[in-house]
Amino acid sequence: MDESRPIFIQIAEQIENDIIEGSLPEGGQIPSTNEFAAFLRVNPATALKGVTRLVDDGIVEKRRGIGMFVTTGARERLVERRRAGFATEYLRPLIIEAEKLGIGIEELAGMLRAERIQS
Amino acid sequence: MTGTVVRATGLTKRYGSFTAVDAVNLSLEENRIYGLLGRNGAGKTTIMQMLTGQLFPDAGELDVFGREPAEHADVLRRMCFIAESQRYPDSFKAAHVFKAAPWFFENWDAAFAEQLIADFRLPLNRYIKKLSRGQLSAVGVIVGLASRAPLTFFDEPYLGLDAVARHIFYDRLLEDYAEHPRTIVLSTHLIDEVANLLEHVILIDQGRILFDRDAEELRGSATTVAGPRAAVESFVADRPVIGREGLGGLASATIDGRLDQADRIRAAEAGLELAPVSLQQLIIHMTGTDLSADSTNQEVAA
Repeated sequence: MDESRPIFIQIAEQIENDIIEGSLPEGGQIPSTNEFAAFLRVNPATALKGVTRLVDDGIVEKRRGIGMFVTTGARERLVERRRAGFATEYLRPLIIEAEKLGIGIEELAGMLRAERIQS
Repeated sequence: MTGTVVRATGLTKRYGSFTAVDAVNLSLEENRIYGLLGRNGAGKTTIMQMLTGQLFPDAGELDVFGREPAEHADVLRRMCFIAESQRYPDSFKAAHVFKAAPWFFENWDAAFAEQLIADFRLPLNRYIKKLSRGQLSAVGVIVGLASRAPLTFFDEPYLGLDAVARHIFYDRLLEDYAEHPRTIVLSTHLIDEVANLLEHVILIDQGRILFDRDAEELRGSATTVAGPRAAVESFVADRPVIGREGLGGLASATIDGRLDQADRIRAAEAGLELAPVSLQQLIIHMTGTDLSADSTNQEVAA
């Protein structure tokens, strides 16, 4: 876990990643907060706070007495939100560093393509 | 939603001219895991001994489960205190400790104790005095967990316990706490290991509370700024600095208080590196600074 940010936010993001990547499908049940707490070795109250954040966001819903489930449309909404932040979070730092090193936009585009072929 | 289990106001304990605990105010809420942290001799054990009725305070008011703890059996029955160096009768084997435990703890779970004995590979038929330091600590940890007391204190419970055994302790504690919520106070020097288990942190130094805050609030509440000396100094000029280090033209300063996005951009433009401060580092900064100035006091306390 990253020291600089609250753990509950990191837990929420981890679950979001699993939903985006499909390992937690829409309509599927997510692990209980106690299971998250035991797995990540964190206080159950912290894990609950992370899951509650997703409930407030409408990404997961609580079914009384059964557990927490991924809502319909959750994946699409998460992808949209991440796309909106993609330019500022990933492209901006990349372009700033490229400019510092004298890498032009065309060269950068070529590097991106080459990197993609490799991976 | 939850009640207050412990409320202490102006709690004070003196030994001659030395004040071990100095007008401490604190409260413990039901079903939370607390970290009671601080250096040797800070007053942690003294506070726990007063809360568990083993010591009488010299001043202050103390309310545990609604009344004074000392000599009130109904209060004492709901508490479990695991001391760093618990003494047992010479004739005792480990098995005797677990046999006697249900007499003191009404929630004692014998099956859970058996499971823990197997986890820690504790030899039951060996005399307590023949156990290794780590095995002796395991006896205490097992009693503390299996007693399921509504208020459980672990005072530096794992002297000599190896890394595997400590992680068994953390795992079992979390699992069992999830199923049987209760108030747990952990006093330990292995802060990095327990930081994520704690919901609330109380830091004691020289008999006083330095801070009493939610663990989540403490994360990211301090930052170390490193880079060229002049740039660091100008960045931290109007902020509370809790630690400084320098090497030639380079310097690093740890500041208390959160940084916002604008601060981060300003730091990056000035060529400064920002690093998060762990709970353990934060505590070292807050309790280690006046080491030389106050060393005489520290020794008396230890």
